[in-house]
Amino acid sequence: MGEQFSVQVRDGQVRTKPSFLGAVIATVHYGDRLAVVQSKESWVEVALPGSKQGWIHLSALTEKEIILNPNAQQVSQAASSDELALAGKGFNKQVEEQFRKQNSQANFAGVDKMETFRVSQEEMAQFLKAGDLKPQGGAA
Amino acid sequence: MKARRLNRRTFLATGARIGMTGLALSGSSLLLQGFGFGDLGSTIEQASKLTNSATKSFTAVSKAMEDITPEQEYYIGRTIGAIVLNKYKPYEQETGNRYLNLLGQTLARFSDLPELFDSYHFLILDSAEINAFATPSGLVFVTRGMLQCCGHEDALAAVLAHEIGHIQLKHGLHSIEKDRITKATSILAIEGTKNFAKSDIANLTSTFEDSINDITSAMINNGYSRSFENAADAAAVTLLGRVGYNPAGLIDMLRIMSKQLKPGGLDFAKTHPSPESRIENLEKLVAETGAQTPAASQQRRFEAALKGV
Repeated sequence: MGEQFSVQVRDGQVRTKPSFLGAVIATVHYGDRLAVVQSKESWVEVALPGSKQGWIHLSALTEKEIILNPNAQQVSQAASSDELALAGKGFNKQVEEQFRKQNSQANFAGVDKMETFRVSQEEMAQFLKAGDLKPQGGAA
Repeated sequence: MKARRLNRRTFLATGARIGMTGLALSGSSLLLQGFGFGDLGSTIEQASKLTNSATKSFTAVSKAMEDITPEQEYYIGRTIGAIVLNKYKPYEQETGNRYLNLLGQTLARFSDLPELFDSYHFLILDSAEINAFATPSGLVFVTRGMLQCCGHEDALAAVLAHEIGHIQLKHGLHSIEKDRITKATSILAIEGTKNFAKSDIANLTSTFEDSINDITSAMINNGYSRSFENAADAAAVTLLGRVGYNPAGLIDMLRIMSKQLKPGGLDFAKTHPSPESRIENLEKLVAETGAQTPAASQQRRFEAALKGV
């Protein structure tokens, strides 16, 4: 009871049922704290504002509290705690930029383009159906 | 070379200051505590304290590496992707790449690691080599040569599921770890409580570069261990079954690969166990291992999408 998880991915989807085929009812963001209602295999039911509830996959969550813009005190607090993680620290955008300056031949534009390849939930459902694929168990 | 090694050594301490992850932080402070007390003296108690703390440190370091946040994994992965795309050209054919993403992203949704900081993305590389790569953050690359080893959608699904298996099992990150643990333990013993305040970003970038090198040398040049490859094959079999693909598709693909691989080649011939030994391992996991008849609806879209590849 009273357990909380943090969203550890950039954007996470909360769904009507514990399945990727469930409709999305809310999008949560990196660092958001969510109160746990119950869990079922790899899915967690969480409370949303406005007394709504929905399901999110466990791999989008961490037990740690994520601090988005830590100050010096929080950095040192995190040093003695397993319960805190600091966002935007360590290997980050700044480090990537420095790396790019030193390695101009690396093709980041190609990666940016690759990241635009996205498949919607409807397209996935259609792909499964058209291929006579009937998934069972697992994450979905 | 020496300077670089020192940078690798300062990694954990630097990470602690800039805030690698919660665990990295606690790992580093443990190490500093362990080696920081001034008088090492000669009492047994102190000696055992030191050993104890070194053991703890060792665990903490390895734990810290396993606990790289998805956000940091994302930056590591992007950079490895940028290196792959310097070595290989993307195959600019929208139909093929779109199909690969439909198949791959759908599969990934059913894996044990469906959520990543960004998402899974798939790309065909314009190369006749038989090769495939996966970055820790979910970028998956498959060469045209590899696609030519796939006679049907089950087989291609198997190739992608194997790569998803490497991501889910964090094989890329583990190739940083091995190298670092030994270094990290000696580092702090030597460096003690030295203050690493200067040029954090430069140090971190240099360690970043080294971590990237660790991963690319395993992933592109030398290959992962046989046990990692077998584990990725086993993960693929599970995933294929969940989605409704026939896991024997992987064996079909390996049979074609074994005919097409050139001995001494720098692709799968170098970086993977032989197709024969992988088949032998898979035969323990897959019930039906004869040649497969693909479903007609899948075969039509498979051929249409990869026509000309």
